[in-house]
Amino acid sequence: MLSLSHYLILGAILFAIGIVGVFLNRKNLIVLLMAIELILLAVNMNFVAFSYYLNDPAGQIFVFFILTVAAAESAIGLAILVVLFRNLSTIHVDDLDSLKG
Amino acid sequence: MLANFVVPDLYPAAPELFLALMICVILLVDLFLGQAQRWITALLTVTTLLGCAAITYNTMDGQSVLTFSDMFIDDLLADFLKLMLYVSVIAVLVYSRDYLKARGLDRGEYYVLLLCATLGMMVMISAAHLLSVYIGLELLSLSLYALVAIDRDSPRATEAAMKYFVLGALASGLLLYGMSMIYGATATLQIGGIAQAIVAGSANKTVLVFGLVFLVSGIAFKLGAVPFHMWIPDVYHGAPTAITLFIGSAPKIAAFAMALRLLVYGLFPLAHHWQVMLMIMAVLSIGLGNLAAIAQTNIKRMLAYSAISHMGFMLLALMSGIVGGDPSYMIPAYSAAMYYVVAYVLMSLGSFGMVLLLSRAGYEAENLEDFKGLNRRSPWFAAVMMVLMFSMAGIPFFIGFFAKFSVLLMAVNAGYIVVAVIAVMFSLVGAFYYLRVVKLMYFDAPTDAAPIVAPLDMRVLLSANGIAVALFGIFPQAIMSLCAYALVRSM
Repeated sequence: MLSLSHYLILGAILFAIGIVGVFLNRKNLIVLLMAIELILLAVNMNFVAFSYYLNDPAGQIFVFFILTVAAAESAIGLAILVVLFRNLSTIHVDDLDSLKG
Repeated sequence: MLANFVVPDLYPAAPELFLALMICVILLVDLFLGQAQRWITALLTVTTLLGCAAITYNTMDGQSVLTFSDMFIDDLLADFLKLMLYVSVIAVLVYSRDYLKARGLDRGEYYVLLLCATLGMMVMISAAHLLSVYIGLELLSLSLYALVAIDRDSPRATEAAMKYFVLGALASGLLLYGMSMIYGATATLQIGGIAQAIVAGSANKTVLVFGLVFLVSGIAFKLGAVPFHMWIPDVYHGAPTAITLFIGSAPKIAAFAMALRLLVYGLFPLAHHWQVMLMIMAVLSIGLGNLAAIAQTNIKRMLAYSAISHMGFMLLALMSGIVGGDPSYMIPAYSAAMYYVVAYVLMSLGSFGMVLLLSRAGYEAENLEDFKGLNRRSPWFAAVMMVLMFSMAGIPFFIGFFAKFSVLLMAVNAGYIVVAVIAVMFSLVGAFYYLRVVKLMYFDAPTDAAPIVAPLDMRVLLSANGIAVALFGIFPQAIMSLCAYALVRSM
């Protein structure tokens, strides 16, 4: 039988993979967007698990909002990515280095 | 099911509803306007904000009212912060207009995004539920990402937007993870309910503290406190100056409100945990902000590091409210923090306004050298900039001095004497780079002899801004007592 802590550990692992993906990824900005998506999904996992465990629907409603906002966030992220590619002709993370000081 | 539905009391949220309606109106009206009639959009935007101010002022009754199933709170604190918000957004609009026009950025999107961000900040200020905090924050952040990238052909601006987007989304993720843990521990998302559940002892302490760490990191990201400050210099530097002006002013008020609502209203029983985290971040922010600012040659970057150190000072007051479980210093400490934010927003608006004043078509006055010999080009605006720099450095008797003074007083009161001494030492270090600007303006020969041209409304408002920084320094009680009164009636 799966208990609450199993879900929380799964959430924590997904969250950690997301964070590591943001910081270790030096190649591709699209992978970075995927890592951010993973972080939000880990949070959703937590909310749904807690919501079921506490028998309180508020957590699941929160998940709907997170999903919607995450979609809007990806849209803006991809839009910025397209503009960036037009200007720099690259989406490598290492090439984003003109701002320094 | 539908029979149980009760229409919520809309009256407390009247300014937000009016703003949401007007955003739709402005979006539609702008479709029918050409570039030559853009002033109509600008005028509508300012009128909308004045309308919001009138509604907020007239519905201000000093009562704390919850509405929308306890998700939205309208209290005196919210009203006061919202009025400050309108003032700063109007100032942003007036200062930015010429700059945007000269660069072809004066488009309808700018006004709509600015108002959407303002709506997000208003929701954050009035949030009484973790969901409303999140929705308000995302409305603000998504609008800001788009605003930073509004100059589509600038590689620097798009790079700044990408960095801001990635780090901002990461911060939202951290904040949400913290929220999910706190929800799991307390079984509620309502901020007041969270405090009750913790006081009642029904919450799991380990899960709660685990969530708190993530929540504080998320807040620190939005405030721009070390070690979550990496985005601030790059975004301030890369974004068009008019957008930097906006990011550097109004969102600080909203971030302060978010910190107050989450940490004080929701998690005050855990104060001994979060106060330690805030202390570490405050010391690091004041130290790193002031040291790194010295090395800058770009004034936008310099002001970015100065923003980091100012947010450190604000945290200094936020961490001094509850001394060993005794809440009697809460009101003076949090009103000192609020006063600091108000003072900082005034100073930040003025300094970025000066950068905008010196910029013109095809020329960005963003290096320190561009301020050389300003006194010979315009003695009045050199004086305004001098007042702003003295105030930021914390020299008496300007608004920044009393803000720093009351914050330090609270820190000493709470027994953080060593921290207060460190803060004073670093603000002495910080005085160097503020005074360097004054030296450049008064004792160096100008490198740029072009006359300073700006519309009348901008010159008047910028002068008023400088005068306000000087005047509220002579009469600090005017704002200070308002802050304290708003907090007393809202706690």
